[in-house]
Amino acid sequence: MKKLVLTTTIIFLASLSFAQSEKYESAMKANISQLDSMMGKGNSLELANNFERIANAEKTQWLPYYYAAYCTVVQAYTEQDNSKKDDIADKAQQLINKADSLLGKESSETDVIKSMIATAHMMVDPQSRYMTYGPQSNELIEKSESLDSTNPRPVLLKAENTFYTPEQFGGGKDAAKPLFDKAKELADNFKPETDLSPNWGNSAINYFLSQYK
Amino acid sequence: MFRVLLLGSILISLTSNAQVKISGKVTDNHNKPLRGISISIKDSYDGATSDSTGGYSFVTTEKGAHILQATATGYKSFQENININQAALKINITLREEITELKAVVISAGTFEASDQKRASALTPLDIVTTASANADITSALKTLPGTQQVGESEGLFVRGGTAEESKIFIDGTLINKFFYSSEPELATRGRFNPFLFKGTIFSSGGYSALYGQALSSVLLLESIDLPERTSADFGISYLGVNGGLQKLSKNKKSSWGFTYSYTNLAVAFGIIKQKQGYFKVPVLNEGDANFRIKTSPTGILKYFGSFSTSNVGLRNQDVDSLTMKDAFGLKNLYMYHNLSWRESVGKGWKLNTGISYSNNRDDINNELQNADNEKQILNDSLYAYKNFRLANRDNYFNGKIVFEKKLLNLNAIRFGSEYNYSNEKTTYTQYNGIEYPQTVKENLWAVFAETDVYLTNDIAAKIGARAEHSQLLNKWNLAPRISLAYKFQDNSQLSLAYGIFYENPDRKYLPTINKLDFSQATHYILQYQKISNQRTFRAEAFYKKYKDLYKTSLTGYGELMAVNNNGFGDAKGIEFFWRDKKTIKNVDYWVSYSYLDTKRDFLNYPFEIVPPFATKHTASLVMKKFATKLKTQFNASYTFATGRPYYNINYDYTSNSYKIFDQGHTKDYNDLSLSVNYLPDIGKTNAKKFTVFVLSVSNVLGFNNVYTYNYSFNNQHKLAVTPPSKRFIYLGCFISFGIDRSQDEINNHL
Repeated sequence: MKKLVLTTTIIFLASLSFAQSEKYESAMKANISQLDSMMGKGNSLELANNFERIANAEKTQWLPYYYAAYCTVVQAYTEQDNSKKDDIADKAQQLINKADSLLGKESSETDVIKSMIATAHMMVDPQSRYMTYGPQSNELIEKSESLDSTNPRPVLLKAENTFYTPEQFGGGKDAAKPLFDKAKELADNFKPETDLSPNWGNSAINYFLSQYK
Repeated sequence: MFRVLLLGSILISLTSNAQVKISGKVTDNHNKPLRGISISIKDSYDGATSDSTGGYSFVTTEKGAHILQATATGYKSFQENININQAALKINITLREEITELKAVVISAGTFEASDQKRASALTPLDIVTTASANADITSALKTLPGTQQVGESEGLFVRGGTAEESKIFIDGTLINKFFYSSEPELATRGRFNPFLFKGTIFSSGGYSALYGQALSSVLLLESIDLPERTSADFGISYLGVNGGLQKLSKNKKSSWGFTYSYTNLAVAFGIIKQKQGYFKVPVLNEGDANFRIKTSPTGILKYFGSFSTSNVGLRNQDVDSLTMKDAFGLKNLYMYHNLSWRESVGKGWKLNTGISYSNNRDDINNELQNADNEKQILNDSLYAYKNFRLANRDNYFNGKIVFEKKLLNLNAIRFGSEYNYSNEKTTYTQYNGIEYPQTVKENLWAVFAETDVYLTNDIAAKIGARAEHSQLLNKWNLAPRISLAYKFQDNSQLSLAYGIFYENPDRKYLPTINKLDFSQATHYILQYQKISNQRTFRAEAFYKKYKDLYKTSLTGYGELMAVNNNGFGDAKGIEFFWRDKKTIKNVDYWVSYSYLDTKRDFLNYPFEIVPPFATKHTASLVMKKFATKLKTQFNASYTFATGRPYYNINYDYTSNSYKIFDQGHTKDYNDLSLSVNYLPDIGKTNAKKFTVFVLSVSNVLGFNNVYTYNYSFNNQHKLAVTPPSKRFIYLGCFISFGIDRSQDEINNHL
């Protein structure tokens, strides 16, 4: 009887913790599935808050902080009021720092977000901030690429930056094409570590490539 | 048994899945709905984000006692204990704003800040170098801001009816003496320092903090750059000279050192652009500077900057007394400046800011009266004899300052400290007949100061301070209170008020004196309205400045003016507007400033209260910058207009034994249109190894014949117009910066 109680308790606890991790996975998946459409829907802040809630409840998972940072920096990109951009980018920085310290190592993925944060700061006043944030953003892309050469996201960032850089400055649509092609190729072959690991960017790649047709 | 347990656990999980709806509205303490606030049940996934009406709603499977929380940047987080059972909960949330630097009202009366800081500022350092009329000179760029006068015949900032001596300049907190190149007759010399040395510029046209003193009108605060972004080598060439330098950032990015050297020779430029003055020695300058910067902790930095320069110039102006002869003025200058500063957070909210600076200046002036053939004329025992003289200045200055700051809750802070200024200025005047008159003026000035920042809410703040000074030279104490207030309206515009008393010692020109003197004094009252919104700034400021105890002068035995008493007085009032807009016209950034000034004073040798010759009623500037992406070129234009200034012939009248105005008038209006073009061929190239800038600038494009003032002959019979040295000046140069890009090392270090 004693044994039975023990077994049952173990099964019960195991099922609880299973339920817990299932709950985490399903909550994460539900939010991750909305990432690709957040630019269009303009719900990046809501998603960021969702991820942050998961992150704060879980406390030990780096991915929800990572996604919260990603959604927040996207929000900084789309914010029309320049005077608010810095604050939002700072918030993204705090979130990615938390992700970094939970992960405990350098990551190609977190560097992508950090590069985007530097770009968001630059967008506030490109003329006087270019010298500070431009190289910082580029360095982080390069570092991200060198940490994982199979990651399509740094290549996508580079492609987008090139796309929006005027032709006279060595950018433009044509210059960006090979980079989008490369990002596409990498994305097609990219195997995320887990179901929840970063795998965003496909819809952006497809959107940009459709501009060439 | 097992079944029972299983059933039980299923039941538990079933009941726990019953959902409860929680909803409500989020507002701020003005009852304004807040959008984008994150509402959650603490330590659970459940929550929502408020919509544009402040409304939120979500369902939760949690049960029992929990904490509902709401968080958003800039607001104090909200927590409320809730008990969740079957019934839906309706909870309205009021968030209180946090007092933060970005949201709080800025105490800005009298101040223009130009910096790279995040806070929206009126001007950035880049703005200074792209102001067409400025030719990369800091104070010239500031002359496009309200409050300044267009005085072209001598250097310095003439602010709100004040003289250039009433404006003091500080680098990293400590006073800098001899900021400008040594004076030459009828010329406004430039500042010695390159604008790129400074990351922040704060220009206060009145009502400034108790941390600064000895300036009746204005202070200019320059903050030197910290560590450079990257190692780089710079090279520049223009038809005025060459310069080059190196800035080296250490691998761990914790320290850096650097130096620059420049050689300037105006022979070519003056060959092309005819100068009014005849140069028998075209200006030649050798200048070098060196720096090191060490991060002493994540929040602390130790910085050294030193510079050294020699210059040699000789020029001839027409002699106003003889009209057939010339005054030949020769000046050799040797100058050295060292500044060491340290700032550190020392824990428990305490910050330390300290610095020392030393400068040494040597001027050797040789003045001769020459005839049409440039031969020295010695006409003994006449007025003309005194036009042959030598003047040697040997100046030593030491300045030190220490400021302690304690940050309290909610941006409140206290600051206090001390400042010490030592000066030893020795002049030796050698008369035509070889008789020497050496004079030394020494001063030890001690100051203590304290101020506090009080933020009642994000919308209302005050800065209250006081400064006490003791001058050994005057053997006097002074006490100067300073108060400013600021209030922010709902639309983010703000109103600021400032009041303060300011003291200053007599100018070295009128020393030494045998008379007992006190400090001169000014009281400022400033009312400012400012609205900074996305890419646009509007500012209106009204001021009243009351001068008292200004120095009166009298002639000494050998024709020098000497301060005799503190019986001078005066006042200045006016209104100023500033509008800057980067938004309305695409790729165009422009600002407009207008100053109205009404001032009169009686000081120096003025016989009574008059509008001083360095002040005019109306001054306006328009500065425009347009970047043409296709051409990789920035086009800059600035137009300045000022009404004519009064001029006087004040001379000693031996019949009445007093000073008298023998003649007076108004110069014609001042106009200047300057244009400049910066071509940046390397802009936008990612990972470019070099960055090149070509600069072409032309002043007074339309060729206005400007007259600054008039000089009178000793016998009051003639006057000569003081005009710019040439109608227009053209500058053409190229600067290349070779960035030694270390991103590759960086990557390798991480692998």
